[in-house]
Amino acid sequence: MTRASPALAAVALAIGLLLVVFLVVPVTAVVYTAFADGQGGFTLAHFAAFAEISLMRESFANSLYVAGFTVVFATIVAVPLAYLTVRFQFRGAVLIQTLGVLPLVMPAFVGASAMQLLFGRSGSLNLILKDAFGFTLPLMEGLNGVIFVETLHYFPFILLNLSAALANIDSSMEESAQNLGSSGWRLFSRIVFPLALPGYVAGASLVFIKVFDDLGTPLVLNVTNMLAPQAYLRVTSIGIEDPVGYVICVILVLFSIAAMAGSWWFVKRRDYAVVSRGGAMAPRRKLTAWQTFLAYGWIGAVLLLVLSPHLGILLLSFSKVWSFTVFPEQFTTAHYATVFEDSTRMIWNTFLYCGLAAFVDVIIGTAIAYIVLRTTLPGRQILDHLVTVALAMPGVVLGIGYLRTFKGIEIPFGGGALTASWLIFVIAYAVRRLPYALRSCVAALQQVHPSLEEAAENLGASRWRVIRRVVVPLMAGGILAGFVTSFITAAVEISETILLTSRESLAPMSYGIYLYMQSIAGRGPGAALGVIAVVLVAVGTYLSHRFVAANAPQNQSTGAKP
Amino acid sequence: MTPVGVDIRNVALSFGATQVLKDITVSIEPGEFFALLGPSGSGKSTLLRLIAGFNQHSHGSVTIGGRDVTGTPPWKRNVGMVFQNYALWPHMTVEKNVAFGLEERKLPRDEIRRKVAAALELVGLSEYGKRRPGQLSGGQQQRVAIARTLAIEPQVLLLDEPLSNLDAKLRVQTRQELVKLQRRLGITTIFVTHDQEEALTTCHRIAVMDQGIIQQVGSPMDLFDHPANRFVAQFVGSVNLFAGAFRREGGRLRFASDALGEVALPEGLEPPAGVDLAFRPHAVRLSGAGSQAPEGSLGLQGTVEGAEFLGEFLRYEIRVGRAVVTADVMHERGRAPLAAGENVALAVPAAELRFVSA
Repeated sequence: MTRASPALAAVALAIGLLLVVFLVVPVTAVVYTAFADGQGGFTLAHFAAFAEISLMRESFANSLYVAGFTVVFATIVAVPLAYLTVRFQFRGAVLIQTLGVLPLVMPAFVGASAMQLLFGRSGSLNLILKDAFGFTLPLMEGLNGVIFVETLHYFPFILLNLSAALANIDSSMEESAQNLGSSGWRLFSRIVFPLALPGYVAGASLVFIKVFDDLGTPLVLNVTNMLAPQAYLRVTSIGIEDPVGYVICVILVLFSIAAMAGSWWFVKRRDYAVVSRGGAMAPRRKLTAWQTFLAYGWIGAVLLLVLSPHLGILLLSFSKVWSFTVFPEQFTTAHYATVFEDSTRMIWNTFLYCGLAAFVDVIIGTAIAYIVLRTTLPGRQILDHLVTVALAMPGVVLGIGYLRTFKGIEIPFGGGALTASWLIFVIAYAVRRLPYALRSCVAALQQVHPSLEEAAENLGASRWRVIRRVVVPLMAGGILAGFVTSFITAAVEISETILLTSRESLAPMSYGIYLYMQSIAGRGPGAALGVIAVVLVAVGTYLSHRFVAANAPQNQSTGAKP
Repeated sequence: MTPVGVDIRNVALSFGATQVLKDITVSIEPGEFFALLGPSGSGKSTLLRLIAGFNQHSHGSVTIGGRDVTGTPPWKRNVGMVFQNYALWPHMTVEKNVAFGLEERKLPRDEIRRKVAAALELVGLSEYGKRRPGQLSGGQQQRVAIARTLAIEPQVLLLDEPLSNLDAKLRVQTRQELVKLQRRLGITTIFVTHDQEEALTTCHRIAVMDQGIIQQVGSPMDLFDHPANRFVAQFVGSVNLFAGAFRREGGRLRFASDALGEVALPEGLEPPAGVDLAFRPHAVRLSGAGSQAPEGSLGLQGTVEGAEFLGEFLRYEIRVGRAVVTADVMHERGRAPLAAGENVALAVPAAELRFVSA
């Protein structure tokens, strides 16, 4: 822990100022507008107006319904998978780990149109069912479709959090219950699950918020009677001054904050201090024959479902026509040609915006990590808290906030309106993805023992030289991982993107996919662009894991955490 | 409940290629307080977990109260185990923890309430039922763990290093309470520990284990006075141990070793073949250099190399030939310790000499 120098204080202030201008002010503007009566006074009239519109009441109920049921179905999919991997001797563990990553590399709104073709009213599955049994399943009808697509996309959040929590339970916790006569379902429901509950709640609340705030998936599925699509439609069709759009934003923000705070409170409240990892993890049990059968059956079914959007989008990108047939009947590479002809600009835009945003994120992330962990600067925690606020902000809210706050603001030296320039994307992505980069940087710095820095100072290196020659090189893996995470999550961001795209020449590829998918003829090129995005994200995810792994052993030799 | 015995016959267990237990046979009497004593990795915890049903043996049989429990899962054995880290569930209150086993047995609610109260009273924690485990001290948590186990009235009580997470003072006090509780309930108890003092002070009988084998079974005094082999002699108490050869010369028994050179032994000893000579540090008597050892004692000459003051006694390191002999001498107030470099005579009475097989 070093004292704060004026230079560091200046850096902290500058970062704080940036966060205020591009996060606090836009969000405050949204909230203010929702409660302002136009003459500078406070009013609840806009909320009353919201409540009087039956479409709004319906949208509110639908958003709750979709988010709630997605959590339910995601739980049903994820809980058995998590329990299987952590507690049983089982060859399928690698498969389940794959299951945990696969959906995340495919943005939900990209997979959605492929899901229509596979599971929709005239999709492959229903064509087969109709032929063989004479009935169809309304899997993709209206809200069902949103729930179905979101479940497949977001269940890994529960799977990953719950698996980690289960792995952290000391084996003696379960053995003592067995010793006292408990086994099977009762053992799971009375001991194992309650002990892993904090992990489950963290995952489930994340799923709830993500679905509640999602704009892209409902829009691609043509479902508009939900809150986020309504906010978007009000602002784009009625105008940026329409107060009902802001009321929706406030509701989205409140639910986001409530879910995050609730999950945090829940984990804090319960006294899990005695769950120490004293002994080993519980020994994995053997599965009986029919349990093995059930386990593989379940994994197989989930894997098939999880892979279906990937396969679907791939088929779609190579199909000439795909309509009212189980599989496409003629194949072509023309869609890729179209994409490379028409959309190279969009791909380039994505690299430019996301690359710059990720670069800004790791610079700010490294600085905040250093200031929070290594200095005694007064109020340094505020920076950390501000970034956490960004995590809770729905993209729709931030997008609308930017349009409102920066409307009419010109970039100096004749750069034109800020909201009509490409810079707004960089800023919006950087602010929204900063929490990911920051977590990564903080984790990396926590692994660097302060004595390594003190040794360099002792040998005559100044503060800045130490940061440049010791701290940053040792954090390199974490910083790179942060960069990649920021980059790939920004590349498939859709909520802010839809709102901030003022003309097509500025659009990144996520917007391109969305735009293509609006028309039947555009589905092929849209899918081709989607495949490119998925490959990009997959490569990025792989690289990010590699950076973290490459950094880990090197840091083990640097001693205990400070 | 009448106490039951535990019978272990020719039990073997391997984890992969590692043989953790090798042909273990031991019989624990009904109502006995029995210790499994050994260093870490000796297999003592594995044997305990095998009795609880968490490990399955590949050979042999385990019978509890005359019933073969091979293949019976842990939750059907009615064998109570107290875990080293207590394993109290943090999401339940103390009462709920203690009630758990009774609820699993589907006892009527009134009876559960009564038994929980009785179990908490037994360990002196009646006031703490509504607390959570995290709000209790280490010693209190340990008592809750015992109450939770005793509440189900197990046939056998298994204790896995129950004192190792307590501080030194509390450990001695808890040890004495455990003994009292066991004597009062008369429950067959198996106690795993690596601490010889814990085993010697609490148990009726001890099985000393090393490398997956039971080296010796006996009462505490038995093990100390008549160790069966080198390992037991060294693990239970301290010992001076010398490998060498015995031979007779002119009717007198002599012992030749690299460490001590050749020394004459007292009359009347009949060592079996292939054994080492051993004696405990407290059996060594020191006197001024050159003085003759009393008749019937082993006499040696040495030089003091160092001393440790342990309060009740002084522990001297004395150079004898090429060996260093440890000698414990009772401390008397005001008596100055022998200085390093001082020459002394050592005598060990014949009755304290042991012959220990390797």
